[in-house]
Amino acid sequence: QPVAVEVLDHLEQLALVDFRDTEGVERLRKAIQFADQLHEVNTDGVEPMDSVLEDRCLYLREDDVTEGNCANELLKNARKKVEEYFVAPPGNIPLPTLEERETFLQGS
Amino acid sequence: GMRQLVWRFQVSSALKEGHVTPTELCQRCLALIKSTRFLNAYITVAEEAALKQAEESEKRYKRGQPLGVLDGIPIAVKDNFNTAGIETTCASNMLKGYISPYNATVVQKLLDQGAVLLGKTNLDEFAMGSGSTDGVFGPVRNPWSYSRQYKEKSVSKSHSEDEESNWVITGGSSGGSAAAVSSFTCFAALGSDTGGSTRNPAAHCGVVGLKPTYGLISRHGLIPLVNSMDVPGILTRCVDDAAVVLGSLAGHDPKDSTTIQDNFKPFELPSLPDVSKLSIGIPKEYHAPGLSSEILALWSKAADLFKNAGAKVIEVSLPHTRYSIVCYHVLCTAEVASNMARFDGLEYGHRSDMNKSTESMYAATRREGFNDVVRGRILSGNYFLLKQNYENYFIKAQRVRRLIANDFLKVFGGGVDILLTPTTLSDAVPYREFIKEDNRTRSAQDDILTQAANMAGLPAINVPTALSERGLPIGLQFIGRSFQEKQLLTVAKWFEKQVKFPMIQLEEVKRHNHDVFQHQKSASFS
Repeated sequence: QPVAVEVLDHLEQLALVDFRDTEGVERLRKAIQFADQLHEVNTDGVEPMDSVLEDRCLYLREDDVTEGNCANELLKNARKKVEEYFVAPPGNIPLPTLEERETFLQGS
Repeated sequence: GMRQLVWRFQVSSALKEGHVTPTELCQRCLALIKSTRFLNAYITVAEEAALKQAEESEKRYKRGQPLGVLDGIPIAVKDNFNTAGIETTCASNMLKGYISPYNATVVQKLLDQGAVLLGKTNLDEFAMGSGSTDGVFGPVRNPWSYSRQYKEKSVSKSHSEDEESNWVITGGSSGGSAAAVSSFTCFAALGSDTGGSTRNPAAHCGVVGLKPTYGLISRHGLIPLVNSMDVPGILTRCVDDAAVVLGSLAGHDPKDSTTIQDNFKPFELPSLPDVSKLSIGIPKEYHAPGLSSEILALWSKAADLFKNAGAKVIEVSLPHTRYSIVCYHVLCTAEVASNMARFDGLEYGHRSDMNKSTESMYAATRREGFNDVVRGRILSGNYFLLKQNYENYFIKAQRVRRLIANDFLKVFGGGVDILLTPTTLSDAVPYREFIKEDNRTRSAQDDILTQAANMAGLPAINVPTALSERGLPIGLQFIGRSFQEKQLLTVAKWFEKQVKFPMIQLEEVKRHNHDVFQHQKSASFS
């Protein structure tokens, strides 16, 4: 069962990753088909498991500063920066719609 | 005592007694790395830093104050662990050129013990894969491809071209680490294990691969794939060495809140392990479709070994085994979708030139930085996490996860101490065959015997058992109870002594000085 173009478009926007070609879309379809086998299992009355350590208390340390002061170190890895700021392109501009952006899905 | 030194040369004592110096050892390993470059096991070799560390170690030995058994021992680390000042790429364009500003806790612990970090090993991109073939630096070659044992058995026409195309994969995703240990370039290596990524290549490369209990070893600095399943893995040439490395790594880390707070006591394994009082479980579902008859026979022989030693060997059932891979597929992609969201080009890693808007820059960066496999998992994961799918896929998978974990609880609760299973379905396949199927299909096939242990968070270990008809390693897997690594490793050591797995006869290495090799060939450093 093929996935609707609206859903594919939605996924590309959520993930900010593109399907690239028919292979990419087919990959998703196969992944869903594979995952559907889960529905064969009876899970009535079974609680979801987040972590194998669920019976233990998560460790919280004291809210004390133990390290830091490494802005220069961290900035070294950024491509675009100004003084101690990471520089980003303008925000609040939504990704172009399906018709307008360069996506393989346009042809669908 | 003395008998042990003669029978199994111990590099650590050799260092202590000055038979070899840390610098010599380091230089020889570096030379070996150079001469085995065709294996493509290493992405980065930190030659200068390693030699410096070796020099420091040497000073300590001269003063008679080595830091411990690991002082001066050359090690390698999978390239998804952060290493300060050394490039950490995860074999991806996304992190090419990324120089870690810090050491992962496990790396720091090894360095604090005086271990000499030779370099970063190759893997599948972002540890996604079971072949170590899908990284941007190319595939890793299994050292056994160049062994006399394999060459003797290949239907070879002795053309060098045929040799070229006959090489087999290491398995993955920690293939570089497995190959590095297998080819004697280091004495121990770190891998990671989310679905079998340490045990699978360990089996194919004929080395010991330990997956510790989830929560025992810190994940701080291990670039995450699936936070609820990832663990650092340990690869060594013998079980005793794995115990030593485990001893230096395990324990609570304040920087990783998923490490348990129990006090961990490093242990030494008994020199004469005894298995007669144990109950060994043989899960019938691990006789999976596609399991080679060779491995099935070895598995059976292994069970007999335990029986003959007086252990109770019984068949058990883990009924949800066959859903483990599907469950993993959903949970893994979902967590991956979340974990990969951090790669946007803004603070580190690759950044696209696209500048129109934040979102389009992120999209372009990720388009340029991730390979097909990674993108595929991100998109699948996001699909399963969509509002309309969340309950039916993600939550459903979490429920199935509990069923899988409960299967193990039931069996261990019923008196079984250790489970014995195969690690892989077959011996290593030739690269040209492996790439005929896509990554997801392969991973689904290859992880089938290893994945459930990650689902349940249990410790598991691959022990090299015998050579296949093609002259390639086959390993068997032991799965233990949570945090019972001592028992698990004791059984593994006993088994290792029984099977006496042959040493790899690497033709390339013959060129080296015989003395060099004497030390490096030692199965163990401890």
